[in-house]
Amino acid sequence: MTDVVLKPDRALTEEVKGRSLWQDAWNRLLRNHAAVVSGIVLIIILLLSFVGPYLAPHSVDEVNWDYIDSPPNFAAGYYFGTDQNGRDLLVRTFYGGRVSITIGLVATLVSLAIGVSWGAIAGFVGGRVDNLMMRVVDILYSLPFIFFVIMLTVIFGRYMVLMYVAIGAVSWLDMARIVRGQTLSLKRKEFVEAAHASGVSTFNIIRRHIVPNTLGPVIIYVTLTVPTVMLTESFISFLGMGVQEPNSSWGVLVSEGARVMDISWWGLIFPCAFLSITLLCLNYLGDGVRDAFDPKDR
Amino acid sequence: MLRYVIKRLIGAIPTLFIIITLSFFLMRLAPGGPFSRERALPPEIEANLLKAYHLDDPLWLQFLNYLGDLAHGDFGPSFKYKDFSVGELIWGGFPTSALVGGIAILLALGIGICAGTYAALKQNSRLDYSTMGFAMVGIAVPNFVIAPLLTFFISLKMGWLPVGGWGQLKHMILPVIALALPQIAAIARLTRGSMIEVLRSNFVRTARSKGLPEQVTVTRHALKAAMLPVVSYLGPAVAGIITGSVIIEQIFGIPGIGRYFVQAALNRDYTLVMGVTIFYGVLIILLNLLADIIYGFLDPKIRYE
Repeated sequence: MTDVVLKPDRALTEEVKGRSLWQDAWNRLLRNHAAVVSGIVLIIILLLSFVGPYLAPHSVDEVNWDYIDSPPNFAAGYYFGTDQNGRDLLVRTFYGGRVSITIGLVATLVSLAIGVSWGAIAGFVGGRVDNLMMRVVDILYSLPFIFFVIMLTVIFGRYMVLMYVAIGAVSWLDMARIVRGQTLSLKRKEFVEAAHASGVSTFNIIRRHIVPNTLGPVIIYVTLTVPTVMLTESFISFLGMGVQEPNSSWGVLVSEGARVMDISWWGLIFPCAFLSITLLCLNYLGDGVRDAFDPKDR
Repeated sequence: MLRYVIKRLIGAIPTLFIIITLSFFLMRLAPGGPFSRERALPPEIEANLLKAYHLDDPLWLQFLNYLGDLAHGDFGPSFKYKDFSVGELIWGGFPTSALVGGIAILLALGIGICAGTYAALKQNSRLDYSTMGFAMVGIAVPNFVIAPLLTFFISLKMGWLPVGGWGQLKHMILPVIALALPQIAAIARLTRGSMIEVLRSNFVRTARSKGLPEQVTVTRHALKAAMLPVVSYLGPAVAGIITGSVIIEQIFGIPGIGRYFVQAALNRDYTLVMGVTIFYGVLIILLNLLADIIYGFLDPKIRYE
């Protein structure tokens, strides 16, 4: 009792610095070595994919007949070797990364938009609407989605945008469930009641009060959705039904590499390495973000 | 119990109907029919072909006919494999796919549960970290990357196993490994997580304090409770094996259903694509039900009324 010295004047003179949830989470994330390393690696891969093609010694559509299926050749500037059409694999790998990452992000945004609005509306409106909407989610859960995405890409194969939408449109189910759960507890809170009392419309309450407050769990889930979506894209592209030539993605490159691996190992190893490392880092980062936001889960 | 099973089966009907309807109409939306070739057929021949396959009926009638045929277990004729019906192709390929997938899932359960349990018992040891690091790689790296890499190093570089082909045991090793690895990883992570939780629970403390050897405590008491999340993961695991088999069968040239699906999609063999999708849909529904029933047996807190 006696060795606790109270300094009442301190609280008055210095402003106590509060730590927000975000600040806390950020600090915890920085202490997670795996997540930090993954984040740095991801930034490097991102830079290589988006800036790399401009810096690479060869352009993506350059065909060199003197270097067909050439192994990595530093003198000629083919650091990853060339493919059977004499194209530089380094720049193609970077370029493929751009497509894969873009699809990953766009499809995640699509799933985010659908999932959050579906979950928030179901949870907030409640009752019969909620029952019906969640029943739809239950039914959709047991559909073999990958087959439908493949069907869609077979039918509309030429339109890349459709692929973004299709993949996004099948990965929103978990998001909807998470957001609905959050909404159910949020809608009983006083500030929502206050908004009701002051005559704010249902749509605006959902938009201004419910959705921003579900952000924490949503961000956790988003970081885990990106690798899943990228996986789906490369899966379909690997089968030859996704991204089409002359565009390429990591899935396309892995598939090409697998076809010619008996004569050129470099065509397989480099795209495989890039795809695997990216997915691995995204997973580690996602785990890190989840632990940072929800420390008791550890 | 029986009532629960019947209830679940009835509950699966809307799902099934949606699967059938979606696959039917999606395929009909596709530009070009199964008979459009680079060189156009003479109109009379095309009309006759369409008539022979009843493709000139109104769409709703075709749909009703398809539903009726399905009810009799008839998936219709394949447009590409001329002398076969879709049903024959599916049933011809299913034993192969089921064999590879079944071994993969058993392997995944066996190795995954063992690895997860050991990691949990030695929590935060080097063994734990390396197992979980390996599991993370298994989850993150897709099996269509693992499969070519395995083929490259083990078959091409070392020459230990054949690159492809089918018929002997040695042809099965690489596909099964490639198919099982992601599931081993997922199951190991799940088991570790739930095992750590269970090992801290009261009944395990009771078992230990009454002097049971650690091995008995773990295998008889803790393991059963720790298996619950793994059992509920069985549904997604089976779905993962099935979608994985689509790729693995293509890579290794295994004559199963998965390979038919890819070729049918590329060939625009619409009836075969629909047939495979519906078949897998039903399979996933049934296996999910099975997983739920096993869950009920393991968890005494759940009673199916």
